[in-house]
Amino acid sequence: MARIHLKNLDAVGRKHQKLLAGYKGLLLVCTGTGCVSAGGFVIRDSLQAMLKKRRLDKKWLVVQTGCNGFCAMGPILVVQPEGIFYEKLNEKSLEKVVEEHLVGGKPVKASMHKDLATGNPIPKMAQIPFFAKQQLVALRNKGIVDPENIESAIAMGAYAGLRKALTTMKPGDVLGEVVRSGIRGRGGAGFVTGVKWGACIKAVGPSLEHPERRPPVLVCNADEGDPGAFMDRSIIETDPHAVLEGMCLGAYAIGASEGFIYIRKEYPLAIERLEKAIAQARERGLLGRKILGSDFAFDIKVHRGAGAFVCGESTALMASMEGRVGEPRAKYVHNVESGYMGRPTVLNNVETWANVPVIVEKGGAWFGSIGTGDVAKSPWNGSSGTKVFSLVGNIANTGLVEVPMGIRLKEIIFDIGGGIPGGREFKAVQTGGPSGGCLPQSMLDLPVDFDSLTKAGSMMGSGGMIVMDDRTCMVDVAKYFIDFLKDESCGKCTPCREGLIAVSEILGAITRGQATEALLGELEGLCDTMAVSSLCQLGATAPNPVLSTLKYFRDEYVAHIRNHKCPAGVCKSLIRYEITPNCNGCHVCSRNCPTNCIAGEKKTLHVIDANACIKCGICRDVCKFDAVRVG
Amino acid sequence: MTTQKVDKILDRWKRDPQYAIEILQDIQDEHRHLPADVLHYVADALALPVGRLYHIGTFFKAFSLKPRGEHVLEVCMGTACHVRGAPRILDALSRELEVPEGGTTKDGKFTLEPVRCLGCCAIAPVVKVGKDLHGEIQAARVKTLVKKLAEG
Ligand SMILES: Cc1cc2nc3c(=O)[nH]c(=O)nc-3n(C[C@H](O)[C@H](O)[C@H](O)COP(=O)(O)O)c2cc1C
Ligand code: SF4
Ligand code: SF4
Ligand code: FES
Ligand code: FES
Repeated sequence: MARIHLKNLDAVGRKHQKLLAGYKGLLLVCTGTGCVSAGGFVIRDSLQAMLKKRRLDKKWLVVQTGCNGFCAMGPILVVQPEGIFYEKLNEKSLEKVVEEHLVGGKPVKASMHKDLATGNPIPKMAQIPFFAKQQLVALRNKGIVDPENIESAIAMGAYAGLRKALTTMKPGDVLGEVVRSGIRGRGGAGFVTGVKWGACIKAVGPSLEHPERRPPVLVCNADEGDPGAFMDRSIIETDPHAVLEGMCLGAYAIGASEGFIYIRKEYPLAIERLEKAIAQARERGLLGRKILGSDFAFDIKVHRGAGAFVCGESTALMASMEGRVGEPRAKYVHNVESGYMGRPTVLNNVETWANVPVIVEKGGAWFGSIGTGDVAKSPWNGSSGTKVFSLVGNIANTGLVEVPMGIRLKEIIFDIGGGIPGGREFKAVQTGGPSGGCLPQSMLDLPVDFDSLTKAGSMMGSGGMIVMDDRTCMVDVAKYFIDFLKDESCGKCTPCREGLIAVSEILGAITRGQATEALLGELEGLCDTMAVSSLCQLGATAPNPVLSTLKYFRDEYVAHIRNHKCPAGVCKSLIRYEITPNCNGCHVCSRNCPTNCIAGEKKTLHVIDANACIKCGICRDVCKFDAVRVG
Repeated sequence: MTTQKVDKILDRWKRDPQYAIEILQDIQDEHRHLPADVLHYVADALALPVGRLYHIGTFFKAFSLKPRGEHVLEVCMGTACHVRGAPRILDALSRELEVPEGGTTKDGKFTLEPVRCLGCCAIAPVVKVGKDLHGEIQAARVKTLVKKLAEG
């Protein structure tokens, strides 16, 4: 394939657009990981075969896309140009769509999304409430481009920002736009990206301290350790060129010729697409030497992470890239001074990089106008731009959403997310991953931005947003996070290693009803020690899930301690399963019980033998009459 | 594992100790664990103390020093899966397979492995078997899932 030059980038895009325009319409099949698990590849291939059989393959073009966002509804197909949205497809319903819609011209109501309140079918994607309040910047090409076809990305404007930079901007101008945008890192800490880049440029030298120029390195953090979050995976699976272009722009601004993407090995599809994208970009002259025919050179290598949460931390990540175990070091010396192999290194998150091309193309001021605060004076003045969240847990519409900073929690959870399913009640929302906290009902008016979330005792983090209903025990959730971190602590420093063990033991005692209220004071004391004396942020922020639940859900801790009750019905030592008179004696529970401890004649009230019950909860899951109660 | 195979992997990474983690990942992928003799061979080839490799092999979740089963059942224990009942799924699997967490069945067929987030949180709770992801798993359906897998 021919290399692309500054002059013919547009022509390449136009050619692809012309190719698309030659079809009557496009059939966008989601092949993100979520949809694939539900049969996305099968749908893609069957659709192709059905078109061929009917000789429709010259009329309709099947395009495989990355994650569309509404993953819980997969497999998903969007029919363009009308934008008709089909969900939960199987081969039978797909055949119907082909026959009735593509051949007959009549969209199929049965496979459309249904309004949560009325049950009425919603034909167009744009009319579905889940998509209505979103604003796409990082996810600008989601569900539209084929991540395995660079021309498809170029047709949607990929690399236009890079061309603009190489033709009309000096490296300092690119830095200027990033500073002006006020963008803060999307990976967790929310450090101002422009400031980080500026510091690295200074460290490159030559300077008094380093008389020789030291070649800098760029790293993209795709380790995505936050359990319950998949923004970075989706961006890479959907639009890998957005990340590559962002890194090219960073390299141009900072003067780097070498970059790495550190990606966790649990993401095989993302790794595959990333490697394909890099190969295509090299072949077409968008990576490597003489990028777009200019004198600018930059290349990217992929590093697979071997599964350690702490390796998302910047110094641990550098260590593991050098082939050592991922233990953090004290940050007296910053990575921008001495990172990978002792070289000045800029580390940014996937989503941060994916925003850069838009910032360069549309200008930092445009980006700064989205979100909260006036970042023109100081980037610390607010939170500019949008943020991608993975909206999951006990919520009706699970998936990936991108919203402007400053949107209220309740808008995300109720307007976009559709609230809590199954007639349950909202209890808490968790943001910031294991470093974050749980916020209660009373905080639902909180604007979602870096500073408001921190002030409330949680954190923006990387974008996990886990909604919990009234069947979630907050002590159990706190213990869950502490146990996660206990497992993932690298063990290098004592407050984190030993503190997590001690905190886990106290929480364990509470969930078993073996604690006294005095222990709560001890718990808070331990948390304070860990917060101030841990070496890295894993240990220092580990207390947040405990402190935030103690702050907002103290009653629940007290109920465990004083009354030996788990109000949510989760902590096994404190609950028992019972069958209420709602039981109509259908035998479903007794047939499913793994210990055969439910007795009862057909059509009479069943009874659980509490001594033999192992509290697996299966009877409650399978009962159609809501007759099993936890007390 | 034959030395030729190990050599091929070593050559793929230019025998550079900087890629020690990558090299061990390739060995793990091919062999489902890191055998002691292979670790010693790699240590010699990279001129590293074998302790360094054991440190890596025990630090990262990707590695296992014991052989794993033919099918690894990875049960996601991430937050989204947790609030949708992942601990109950893990219990149910452990009961059906008659192995503890992290254990391998006697016939060497299955290993039960709790893992961190698999990145498909929207379809929680999730169990991954080989390349296949199973979403929205219910504890009551675990029995059928295990039966299907056992039959191949
Ligand atoms: C324990 C720990 C885990 C982290 N995991 C990640 C991660 O998975 N992905 C990420 O981008 N940043 C992670 N971070 C934050 C990084 O250290 C770093 O701040 C970030 O990648 C910088 O990029 P940004 O400024 O674009 O956010 C983690 C931090 C800590 C302390
Ligand atoms: S705080 Fe925890 S993870 Fe961080 S260096 Fe200390 S022991 Fe390791
Ligand atoms: S909780 Fe489980 S063991 Fe107990 S009665 Fe119900 S199904 Fe049987
Ligand atoms: S994977 Fe298809 S919508 Fe997310
Ligand atoms: S929490 Fe289970 S897949 Fe993410």
